Amino acid sequence: MTVTSVDKDVDRLILTVVADFTAPVERVWKLWADPRLLERWWGPPNYPATFEEHDLTPGGGVTYYMTGPEGEKYGGWWRVSSVTPPTGLEFTDGFSGPDGKPNPEMPTTSVRLTLTRHDGGTRMELRSAFDTREQMEQLAEMGMVEGMTQAIGQMDALLAG
Amino acid sequence: MDRLFHALADATRRDILRRCVRGELSVSRLAAAYPMSFAAVQKHVTVLERAGLVAKERRGREQLVRTDPDAVGRARQALDELESAWRARVDRMSGLLEDDTDRDPDGGNTTGRNGRTSRTNGTSRTNGKGPER
Repeated sequence: MTVTSVDKDVDRLILTVVADFTAPVERVWKLWADPRLLERWWGPPNYPATFEEHDLTPGGGVTYYMTGPEGEKYGGWWRVSSVTPPTGLEFTDGFSGPDGKPNPEMPTTSVRLTLTRHDGGTRMELRSAFDTREQMEQLAEMGMVEGMTQAIGQMDALLAG
Repeated sequence: MDRLFHALADATRRDILRRCVRGELSVSRLAAAYPMSFAAVQKHVTVLERAGLVAKERRGREQLVRTDPDAVGRARQALDELESAWRARVDRMSGLLEDDTDRDPDGGNTTGRNGRTSRTNGTSRTNGKGPER
């Protein structure tokens, strides 16, 4: 499959995913650099993302929202710390409140993307670190709640169908 | 898995989970929060306990309930969730790159915009980040 390795550092709360694509580095980079392409893969199919601001420069910002099946919106933001087109990007990934502004009470993760030429294609290394253990736990809680909500939604659909 | 779904299929149990994530609570304290008997709340806690979602500990006369007491387990869970989110994203990226490869030699469409509608079929196999734990 495309994902070739996954490493979880439970002590330091870091996830590293390595994926190989047959496409060249420039094409893979475009999936990040072109907001219209980015929104076709960032959110799950039932929660598609819409990117509003998309400024991949150091200090630049990205804002987006995902729209759920009921039309509910979940906002998110990136703060770009470093960018090296077409091979590297580092940013903090967080959540926004209903007003579209970063919600400081929500957890953030630090993401580091590295693209390298590999076997005629591209190797993508993605390192995602929880910024604090407290935030990690918060995200685990939310993930759990979200997972539950989805599961219940699926049950409802099955029962109605 | 069935136990997990059963445990999560009830609004009161989901609420108990949310309350206990922040710290341990006694069953009697929980019971006070719901318009139901102590025994009914205790029954809900037992269902959650069997599904491995909470741990119960007796301290003196109190029964304390806590969501997943194991910090390492919690970290692993968070990393697992992040992993499944990224696996699904990588799958979708891969699908997009394949779509474009397929289309380019056919000629004509290089904007990539028309691929949008045809994508919906391709993404179904990625299955999002469903509750597969």
